[in-house]
Amino acid sequence: MSGGVEIPVRVVDVEQATQTVKRFRLAALSGEPLPSFSAGAHVVVTMDDNGRRMRNPYSLIDRADDGSTYRIGVLRTPNSRGGSKFMHERVNAGDQLVVTMPVNLFPIVRTGRKHLLVAGGIGITPIYAMANELRRRSASYEIHYAMRNEASGAFIDELRAAHGDRLKLYRDDMQEFVSVSQILPNQPLGTHLYVCGPEGMIDAILKGGRDAGWADENLHSERFLAPAGGEPFSVVLQRAGITAEVRSDQSLLEAIEEAGVDAPFLCRGGACGQCETAVVSCDGKLVHNDHFLTEEEHASGKKIMTCVSRLKGRELVLDL
Amino acid sequence: MTIQFKTETFRDDFTFSNSPEAIHRFPFPFDKDEYMYAVNIEQHMPGPVKSAFEFPIDIDEHYVSEMKDRALVLKQDPLRCQSLPHMITAEWDLLELLMESMAKNYPEHFTLTRDGDSWHWVNGPLGIDQKFTFGDTSTLPYPPMEYITRQCQGDFNLIDQRNDNLWMDAGIVTTQADWSLDFDIGMNFMEWHAPVPLAHDIGVFDRALKFLLNLQQGRPVRRLNWTMTINPRLDTSPENYHKWGVDRTTVTPENVGNKVHLRVELQALWRLPRSNAIVFSIRAYLIKMEELVTIPKWGRRFHRVLRDLKPELADYKGLTRYRQMTVDYLSKFDDGAPTSPGFFPD
Ligand code: HEM
Ligand code: FES
Repeated sequence: MSGGVEIPVRVVDVEQATQTVKRFRLAALSGEPLPSFSAGAHVVVTMDDNGRRMRNPYSLIDRADDGSTYRIGVLRTPNSRGGSKFMHERVNAGDQLVVTMPVNLFPIVRTGRKHLLVAGGIGITPIYAMANELRRRSASYEIHYAMRNEASGAFIDELRAAHGDRLKLYRDDMQEFVSVSQILPNQPLGTHLYVCGPEGMIDAILKGGRDAGWADENLHSERFLAPAGGEPFSVVLQRAGITAEVRSDQSLLEAIEEAGVDAPFLCRGGACGQCETAVVSCDGKLVHNDHFLTEEEHASGKKIMTCVSRLKGRELVLDL
Repeated sequence: MTIQFKTETFRDDFTFSNSPEAIHRFPFPFDKDEYMYAVNIEQHMPGPVKSAFEFPIDIDEHYVSEMKDRALVLKQDPLRCQSLPHMITAEWDLLELLMESMAKNYPEHFTLTRDGDSWHWVNGPLGIDQKFTFGDTSTLPYPPMEYITRQCQGDFNLIDQRNDNLWMDAGIVTTQADWSLDFDIGMNFMEWHAPVPLAHDIGVFDRALKFLLNLQQGRPVRRLNWTMTINPRLDTSPENYHKWGVDRTTVTPENVGNKVHLRVELQALWRLPRSNAIVFSIRAYLIKMEELVTIPKWGRRFHRVLRDLKPELADYKGLTRYRQMTVDYLSKFDDGAPTSPGFFPD
């Protein structure tokens, strides 16, 4: 997978945190310390359900001081791909999984003067790590944590112990809601707000911030992360006379390489232009994820960058 | 593999030179007979044994003398090393990256022992033996970035990422090709690249920035950049222009092979783990024309590249004054034979 380096891990502990949230403690199979990470980062977990591979991103809660383990928190969601269901029903202590290196799309702004952390439900997982880092740095911060009811607050005890009255709880069943009009006024210049949680909550908080005159640069959010990879499809390499399958967990370029064809590449990240390939025809819609081709070239459907782009559909025929 | 470190200078009497092995491993930057800016980024994977790409951090025969030269520059101009306060975590990340990499790949020369936060670093060539607490600046004689980069070849920038841009918020820069950290510190990617000609128009920096914003931990990348320098001088900074600018007028047809150097920068970028910052390393390699032409393919190719280089690039790189004389010299080593694709000697 072009997403990054993979680390095989063993589940060392599973904890039922609430009725719908489980926490997993993971250790590297090699026994080596796991890589350090910056607060807000996630890993993509690969699960193998009898040959059917699923990949879901989960925020990292913390890393043991000696680096021996990571913790992730998983909410059971009725989601069609079934990753969280698999984690809840099938993954036990002793089982093996594979995780990627940490990736951070929700970092703390290090130049910020103060940080307002807003979490709803399972959105607490990256916020938990951010709060710990801010505390370590003796930075100025507040945590606003919304949940359905006390029993569904998966992290209340740990958070309270670490952060005391910097933590404010909001319970739906008590008609308590995080309200922008209460937390935003009178914050010092250079304050940043970070929100993670259900879609509706994020939208409301961001809108409230903008309405209150906050700059976009000071408002940060992480939505439920999209699953990595994409849907599978077939690729026909016309000149080589080869047809191959592109699995959901691999890139088009990787599938071409696996089929034994030496295709050009350099950056494998959609920037250098080396892997540009002519599209002969396609049955489906091209999903362009590169920064190299122009919008017109994307729209023309005549070219594809094989390192990051793919097809949503049945079959793609390439001039390779 | 024990490296024989040379004693040589990069100023005054300029005794620097390359051994035949060093010539052979020189990171020649042209894979074709022509050159233009491009997003020439590739994964920083281990390259051929003994090449400059074999290890993530390359230490070579010039190590000890380069570190002496750096100490001299810093003594005269402490502003060559600067770090904004929010970069301290990135400094520790950098220290870890460099110590781990040097100790792993050059165990004859460097060792690192870690016991939790208690670290023990031994640098044989520079005679340093240091016990310290990782994360506690008061246990080192310098702040972490300065401490380790006084012991590692190459300039380093620490880049913060925020607001979908990259910010040059720390660095140590003593071997630069005419740009200044003191001037660029606090600037963003587009601002510090503003002086570069042509590349903006063809979208090089837009694409490079988007790529770097997605750079991932554990997947470093590299690129090569090049310019030319008169005499083997590492410190060609704007701050010291009065010392080296005039060197360009001293090139004659008699001394061109000895005085004119190709200067190649092996630049690598890593996403750092604790800080989410990026480190940008700029490792400069120098080779004089007389040494370069001992590799026939390189002599032929560099002749063609330099002869056909766009004038905007030649001006920006400061070659205009001695370019023709160098082309004339190199033409004697170009018989017009075709060159093979790729960087490496035949
Ligand atoms: C974050 C990492 C980077 C840093 C800190 C950096 C820094 C610099 C600086 C300070 C200069 C000199 C500008 C001047 O004249 O004042 C420069 C030049 C340049 N940079 Fe970057 N750069 C970075 C990444 C890149 C990347 C990824 C590319 C890829 C295309 C690139 C392409 C160039 C080019 C083409 C020049 C002109 C060099 C020449 O002709 O000698 N840079 N860069
Ligand atoms: S390999 Fe660079 S754009 Fe695809």
